[in-house]
Amino acid sequence: MSWFSEVFKPFEFAFFRNGLVVSVLAGAVCGLIGVYVVLRSMSYIGHGLSHAVFGGAAAAAVMNINYFLGAGLWGIASGLVIGRVARRRIIGADAAIGVVTTASFAIGIVLFNRFGQARRSLDAVLFGDILGVKLSDVFVVTGVTLAVAAIVWFGYRPLLFATFDPEVADVSGVSVARIEALLMTMMALTVLVTMRVIGVLLISALLVIPASTARMMTNSFARMLWLSPAIGMAACLIGMNLSYHLDTSSGATIILVNALFFGIAFVGSGVRGRRRVGALEHAHA
Amino acid sequence: MSGVSPTNGGVTGCLAAFEHVSLSYGGPPVVQHVDVRIAPGEFVGIVGPSGSGKTTLLKALIGRLTPTYGTVTLRPGLRVGYVPQVETVDWNFPVTVGEVILMTRTARRWSPRATPVERAEVNDVLDRLGLDGLANRHIRELSGGQQQRVFLARALHQRPDLLVLDEPTSGVDVRTRHEILHLLADLNEEGIGIVLTTHDLNGLAAHLPRLVCFNRTVVADGTPREVLRPYVLERTFGAPMEVLEHGGMPVVLDGGLGDVARRLRSIAS
Repeated sequence: MSWFSEVFKPFEFAFFRNGLVVSVLAGAVCGLIGVYVVLRSMSYIGHGLSHAVFGGAAAAAVMNINYFLGAGLWGIASGLVIGRVARRRIIGADAAIGVVTTASFAIGIVLFNRFGQARRSLDAVLFGDILGVKLSDVFVVTGVTLAVAAIVWFGYRPLLFATFDPEVADVSGVSVARIEALLMTMMALTVLVTMRVIGVLLISALLVIPASTARMMTNSFARMLWLSPAIGMAACLIGMNLSYHLDTSSGATIILVNALFFGIAFVGSGVRGRRRVGALEHAHA
Repeated sequence: MSGVSPTNGGVTGCLAAFEHVSLSYGGPPVVQHVDVRIAPGEFVGIVGPSGSGKTTLLKALIGRLTPTYGTVTLRPGLRVGYVPQVETVDWNFPVTVGEVILMTRTARRWSPRATPVERAEVNDVLDRLGLDGLANRHIRELSGGQQQRVFLARALHQRPDLLVLDEPTSGVDVRTRHEILHLLADLNEEGIGIVLTTHDLNGLAAHLPRLVCFNRTVVADGTPREVLRPYVLERTFGAPMEVLEHGGMPVVLDGGLGDVARRLRSIAS
């Protein structure tokens, strides 16, 4: 009875309950959008986008304007600059992302240094401040999660077609350019609303690890679409509780739980693969 | 004047027509001065060496590339099924055979789940191509011939008037090549127009009713007997070739390799 009450003790606090709801929703939406990020090899864009948005978040804080407006506009501007630099063709898109997003990230740091923001708010943006979430954050993250889930449900086949085979999808009447813009918008929104929960430095992990874990567990795209959010949600639920009891950073603990899941799936898929090869050899013997 | 247009002007009766077409990827032209017409139900092979612009020509035909000069005209309402080179497919992508075929049905969908009618259609097209029972298999778990046929099945599921295939027999064994050629002949017999690219002269091109020898422009256009001639092949491939006849069909041999064979024999002895 005593360990039971100890485990559920944090649920007595409203701040923990809010933080838990937001983090579990963040796990779901990052897991869902992460399927497309991983399968389209866009992991670096997710990583870069979170760093670029940090510059906007810092500017918004310094100028005392709405976070979502400042960070959102900054994110769009960064995307346009990346596109412009990459079109020169002398350097690749990955290098363009590296240049623009690290510069944007550095602007954020300098703004925080120069205009004397409290050290705590810089830490909160970099590593997340899940226990400082407000009720409005719960509504925003819920709204974005539902919107992303609806788009993935209703646009299942065009999204799959454009991800698997963009050239043939285009020929078959799917507007691949529009689908790509939609995916970038969903990713930017996801980064924007989850950044304050998990932090800039760890957000790309939440976009990549659950989807990569799900990929190792299944060969079906449809199954991957529910497995990846489920893994993200479970990792956030367990990670949040562990971070309270171990007194560690919630963002870092969530990512470590995700990494543990990945390790288990990695070992499991290796064993499964060896068994399958063994069965085939036995059948042919 | 340049563009891809679904109009009838000047090409009445054709499925597709290239008129004075030049193509580029932003730099110097890759393809120049192309005039080719494809009639309904025709089976056309485009042969040429690697880098000769065959795939670029197909990209213009399917509307992925706009001519820098000239026009590509398609019959209004023409349905085109495109089968890309299998080398371009990501075989590790988590997708089953059934999902590959169904992904073309994107219009007016409110649920990811396939309807019973769609499932029956998938089974029909798989049966027709000898892939029955494989709908739930991951695409990587298929043989080379089966993989090629899955993408052919996806194109057929769109009920095309014109089937466009990029190197359909590249990297497959002799038996699979025969299977694919027979399958394409059956489809052509049903009235589907076919355009494919290949550099396999004896295994595929020599069996087709019409060949376009291509190297950045049309070198020759006609039946295999008309175009598979040493001077045409040398202009197309940039290497000497000999043409013999076997069973009433032209057989192309690499010319200029006698010297190499003599050198290798002398090394071996």
